[in-house]
Amino acid sequence: MAHALQIVVCAGIVPDPLQTLEPVTGTTGPGLKNEMVLPAVLDPWAACALYEAAQLVAKNPGSKLWLVSLGPKAKLQQVMMTVGQKAVFELVPVDAPIGGFPDAHSTAAALAEAIAVLPGLDRERLLLFGGWESATRGAGVTLQLVGERLGITDQFQGVDQITLGEDGSFEVLERVEGGRHQVSVCVGTPAVLGWATGSLAEPRNNPQTGMANMRGIMPALQKAKRVELEANGLRYVSVGMPKQQRETRIEKNMAADEIARALVEWIGAE
Amino acid sequence: MSGSAMATDATAPVSSAATVIDRATMEVDIACVGFGPAMGGFLTTLTREWTEHPDDPAFASTVAPGMPLQVLCYERADDISTGVSGIVTSARAIRSSFPYLNPADIPMATPVAEERVLYLLDPIGASRRSLTLRVGDVLLRGLGGLLGVKDSAFELPWTPGFLHKRGGLLLSMGQFNQWVGSQLMATGLVQIWPGTPVSAPIFAGNTGKDCYSVKGIRLSDQGVDRAGTPLDGFMAGMDVHAPLTVVGDGPVGAVGQALDRRLGMPPGQAQNEWALGMKMVIELPENTSLKPGTVWHTFGYPEPEIFGFLYVHPDRLVSVGIFVPSWLGDSQRTAYRYLQHYIQHPALWRYLKDGTLRSWGAKSLQESGKHGEPFLTGDGFARIGEGSGSTNMLTNSGVDEAWTTGMQLADAVVELLRAEKPFTQQNLAATYEARRRASAIEREAEEAKNARNGFHGGLVHGMIGMALAGLTHGKLSLGGTIPTAQQQIHPFSSRKVSGVKAQEAELLAEDARVGGRPLHDALMSARGWPEIELDGRLLVTQQDALLLGGKVQAMPGFADHVVFRDPNLCAQCAEKTCVAMCSGQAITQGADGAIAFEREKCVHCGACLWNCAHTPFGEHTNIDFRAGAGGLHSAEN
Repeated sequence: MAHALQIVVCAGIVPDPLQTLEPVTGTTGPGLKNEMVLPAVLDPWAACALYEAAQLVAKNPGSKLWLVSLGPKAKLQQVMMTVGQKAVFELVPVDAPIGGFPDAHSTAAALAEAIAVLPGLDRERLLLFGGWESATRGAGVTLQLVGERLGITDQFQGVDQITLGEDGSFEVLERVEGGRHQVSVCVGTPAVLGWATGSLAEPRNNPQTGMANMRGIMPALQKAKRVELEANGLRYVSVGMPKQQRETRIEKNMAADEIARALVEWIGAE
Repeated sequence: MSGSAMATDATAPVSSAATVIDRATMEVDIACVGFGPAMGGFLTTLTREWTEHPDDPAFASTVAPGMPLQVLCYERADDISTGVSGIVTSARAIRSSFPYLNPADIPMATPVAEERVLYLLDPIGASRRSLTLRVGDVLLRGLGGLLGVKDSAFELPWTPGFLHKRGGLLLSMGQFNQWVGSQLMATGLVQIWPGTPVSAPIFAGNTGKDCYSVKGIRLSDQGVDRAGTPLDGFMAGMDVHAPLTVVGDGPVGAVGQALDRRLGMPPGQAQNEWALGMKMVIELPENTSLKPGTVWHTFGYPEPEIFGFLYVHPDRLVSVGIFVPSWLGDSQRTAYRYLQHYIQHPALWRYLKDGTLRSWGAKSLQESGKHGEPFLTGDGFARIGEGSGSTNMLTNSGVDEAWTTGMQLADAVVELLRAEKPFTQQNLAATYEARRRASAIEREAEEAKNARNGFHGGLVHGMIGMALAGLTHGKLSLGGTIPTAQQQIHPFSSRKVSGVKAQEAELLAEDARVGGRPLHDALMSARGWPEIELDGRLLVTQQDALLLGGKVQAMPGFADHVVFRDPNLCAQCAEKTCVAMCSGQAITQGADGAIAFEREKCVHCGACLWNCAHTPFGEHTNIDFRAGAGGLHSAEN
């Protein structure tokens, strides 16, 4: 049975992780060298949430999907050129400077404020999606705060799957230790789901989807409300990139199982 | 939505069920293929005029009444910031578009401060030099102290004016494109869609005038296997119909190639001269004495035929690269290892040692200049940029020239829109071509036309020819017929490998034939090139350059875009120059002699297009280079 869902996806934009990222400390705190000119992508975790949301909406006629994203307008527009081709959504941009580690509370306040005034939103039917952490600081705080500000107490983090029941309830799989999932059943909306990767492959670029989205995206960007985020007053003792270890081995005609075994052995040798 | 069985290019990759595929169609006013400096110039000029005259009915859509002009640009790369080239440009046209341009606004940009031309001697003794050059080298070494030879390099005391870019800019292509693109997108007037390769133009028909008339473009199919056969999740490439298609897809773009195949080249024109440009962006050590704005042009090493460059950007970044030309006839010519030897030349290594590789990339350069200019206009289309032969091969500049052609087309398009005239070949010729022919870049292109004629006789002969043409503004030049790129590849024989005994060459060739060490690499070592001592930071394997530097990516679901038309021919081919010259080692030889292509490693440089020695299909070689998504992913190019 189809349900008319109302899904709001909160997704930040982050510097493309594939670029060369170099931590620097500026006057406002830690950041990345030339961060404002690095190409941006939608936060990878939140992107997974968006694709899962898009699939749910597609399977449940009458549903609606909003994408709420906070960032500089020009960067948001650039990101939409790719993301806009992958899923159909209504963009709700919040124009704000980003960079370094924006304060989670301030960010959550701006997002919650934008969501609260969405025309046609029924908070009792709201499914608030996002990534369970961000690709920048990875603290996993913002989405939870947005939910709390909207009065949503049923929250799930590390979600890989949601299965809707006939009666409006739903079952959620959340990641726990040991590569396993915890199964929870929620009687119904509203709820917050912080997604891990889910189970969907990245959708293809579809120019028709892009064109359809662009009709709404451009006006939304032009009307985006400007917000200044508050500094969080934290003092960062040290900031660094995650430790990386690289080894390249060229193997021809190695079976996938053998490659997996070699990788496991290499990882375990650390 | 409507079904479409419109005529496309005959060799465009279509599935076996092409005639029954239901393709979505879309109508736009202007469809643009490729986003580079030419398209940047076109869209910037168009949107400028539009912004200044927002109520001008010329900018109202004819395909969607009531809407503004629908201008859509499709770029195959993952992002508009991943173009590759270290650029030194006079930037005349770019500055005319941006009169208040402050280089500090564009990352990695800086004004040209100092230019030098260096002749590099060979400190190793492995390069293959003519007698003339060897005599010259002996003299230089002997008189080194007097002539100021230092670090095995001789700085030319005087260089002709045509080689200098005084008042110009050093740019990173990726950062420049991103800067231009973000300004364009901010206008909201045009759309630029990355990650969207265009597979072919759509011709109006297959007979008569329709044969040469373009009605739009077809985007690449997705959700297909390597051969292009639809799988689950198949998404047929959309047909985008437009009264005008602007083709700015570079020297190896699929749409440009299809137009050349359908229309042929104008009489006497041919694109026989190519080069593979490969470069690294290196972060210099903290105590570097190299200043931003420094420009070096080099020749003589690692082979006499290979020109090189070093451009110093701000923040201790330097672009260093080489050009491996089609007139280096050795079938085992290659690029990556030569680049590694190049950066280790004493004159460069004293600055680059202890540096860190930041990014890496490669692209083909169309070096035929005016000789290679195709038909610039037709019913429904116009060509701009490097693919339209705009690169000046005397001054070795292309970016500003490409930008200029984009500006010229935009002015022409606005003129035609205002006059409500259709985009016929006649009208486009009378406006765009006329502007181009009357401009400085045309005059300069004519002067440069024969500047490269002598290089087939060797470096010295070529330099004499270039100097002759340059100093007389093209009035005098060396004559000669330039063979096709295929003909320029010398047939491989183990008995004729310079510097390697026949028996050893045959053993190495046999080893390569059964999937051992690639022949080009083995022969370089056999000739005396030292093995590269990898340091994991600057001197890395070619695969690490792909992963660390280019960050090469490829989305699944696209067909192979490099196709070997007759694999049996490849198995028998003794040259396999495509393997030697493949920038990403995406083309390899297997144990059974068969050629394999791995899409995930391809950087879309297009070298394979002009590095096949065999033409079993008339003029076309055994390799098809088509449109594909993915490739380089670093924005620091």
